[in-house]
Amino acid sequence: MSLLYTKQLTRAYGGVIAVSDVDFSVEKNSISGLIGPNGAGKTTLFNNVTGMDIPTSGSVHFNDKDITGVPAFKISRLGIARTFQNIRLFKEMSVLENVMIGRHFKSGRSMISGRTVNALTSYMKMKSEEKDVYDKAREWLDFFGLDEARNEAAKNLPYGNQRELEIARAMATEPELLFLDEPAAGMNPQETDHLMSTIRRIRDLGVTVLLIEHDMKLVMNICEHITVLNYGKKIAEGNPSEIQKNPLVIEAYLGKED
Amino acid sequence: MGSISEVFQHLLNGLTLGGIYALIALGYTMVYGILKFINFAHGEILMVGAYVGMFAFDFLRGDMPYGPLMLVVFFIAMIIAMIISAVLGMAIEKIAYKPLRKATRLAPLLSAIGVSFILSNLAAYIWGTKSRKFDYPFDNTAYNIGGVAITPHQILILVVSMILMIGLKLYIDKTRMGKAMRATSLDQDVAALMGIDVNKVISLTFAIGSGLAATAGILVALDFKVYPTMGAMAGLKAFVAAVVGGIGNITGAMVGGILLGLLETFGVAVLGIPQGLKDTIAFGILIIILLVKPEGLLGKAEREKV
Repeated sequence: MSLLYTKQLTRAYGGVIAVSDVDFSVEKNSISGLIGPNGAGKTTLFNNVTGMDIPTSGSVHFNDKDITGVPAFKISRLGIARTFQNIRLFKEMSVLENVMIGRHFKSGRSMISGRTVNALTSYMKMKSEEKDVYDKAREWLDFFGLDEARNEAAKNLPYGNQRELEIARAMATEPELLFLDEPAAGMNPQETDHLMSTIRRIRDLGVTVLLIEHDMKLVMNICEHITVLNYGKKIAEGNPSEIQKNPLVIEAYLGKED
Repeated sequence: MGSISEVFQHLLNGLTLGGIYALIALGYTMVYGILKFINFAHGEILMVGAYVGMFAFDFLRGDMPYGPLMLVVFFIAMIIAMIISAVLGMAIEKIAYKPLRKATRLAPLLSAIGVSFILSNLAAYIWGTKSRKFDYPFDNTAYNIGGVAITPHQILILVVSMILMIGLKLYIDKTRMGKAMRATSLDQDVAALMGIDVNKVISLTFAIGSGLAATAGILVALDFKVYPTMGAMAGLKAFVAAVVGGIGNITGAMVGGILLGLLETFGVAVLGIPQGLKDTIAFGILIIILLVKPEGLLGKAEREKV
């Protein structure tokens, strides 16, 4: 069953059509890949599915619910999380705080808390909730092997750890579907290997993973299903061996043979 | 310069003035922190807060004598003014700034200046240009403590501004909503992806900033009366305080406000700057800060992102 699918999704900026008529789907509990040359519209597609951008036409469905044009914070609460190509941590905050924020707003209950008449019970509730958020954040840090660095400012972590922290923060929102935008960018081979095993462990938790990646070794290794975009259009989809043999894909990446 | 008691006197006067600047500066800095723009209508929100506080106080107290009950009534009037200003601040944001969020950075700034003119002219139209007296809720005879004269009004300013500043700091550092505000000021898109309702955070920021401005407006009005353009100079000075402290930085606004109050007071008292030129101190400091440390005392130099 498709956890997420788009119907004729189009996003145009003035005359430039970044994503054009894309029908695209992600199977539940899979690791899927979205690839294509630079400027193919991959990140635009991510943005339009996560509510950071609104499609010009077409629709997005998550768990069979139409989420087209739903604001990002609601989509997050529905269970979609993402990371960014250029890491976007809360740099000034500690590692722990970054993950706690991911957890804090999950519940979606009214953010203006403490309106309860009985200030004491609402204070106690806040305290126990705070504790719960803290414990859960520590668990996620542990999962990513970042617990020791929890009091560091996020910006002081080594590059590879910053990437993993961003994934940890996304996971703390307890998503059903996790989008990773070029998670291996800038990583050395050891870091990439570590990342691959982390992604598999995330999938084993029952989370569906969709990633954009240029590192073909990583993509072909861990993705069960791959979609290829070029100039905003879907040109191919299938399993890694099908994609590797697809002449349209080869042409998109290597150019046409004369 | 004279005796020790004289120094303490200036210190006290500077701190009370600075406390008021700090309360106003917080509104500028909080809004800047989240939306990266200067809400030039902030001074006018202060003015409306002062009017509302004055009307509420006059209405509620009747011909009550000085006493604890009158103080209670005064604080009720203050809370009413805070609430109405908060609603006004949120409404201004929704009507005049929100539609321009994706426009060029200059657009909301111009819109803010427009709102500021509308509010002060509307106030002049409705309430007249004559300044009105905001009566003290107590007998404002100064106490003499070791040669330092301290008025109940000064005590009121110190207590109220301290409580509000400490409360705000705790709120921002400790509560869930405070965390949402910090996250939103660091990265709006990502904050939204964490499930934070950014629009709500922005509304709340305007509400808090406007509530603080209303309080400051009332505290100022007790000494300097209520009139439609009262917010202009107070607003500009507090803006300077926010920039001096490092715009966008909450602690910076507090430090900047208090520092500005002290410098103005000591500038007149010690350096002998004529009273009539007092306002030049603030703007002189602004120029110096912009030349020497443009990010402000507690601000961080921001590198242009690529």
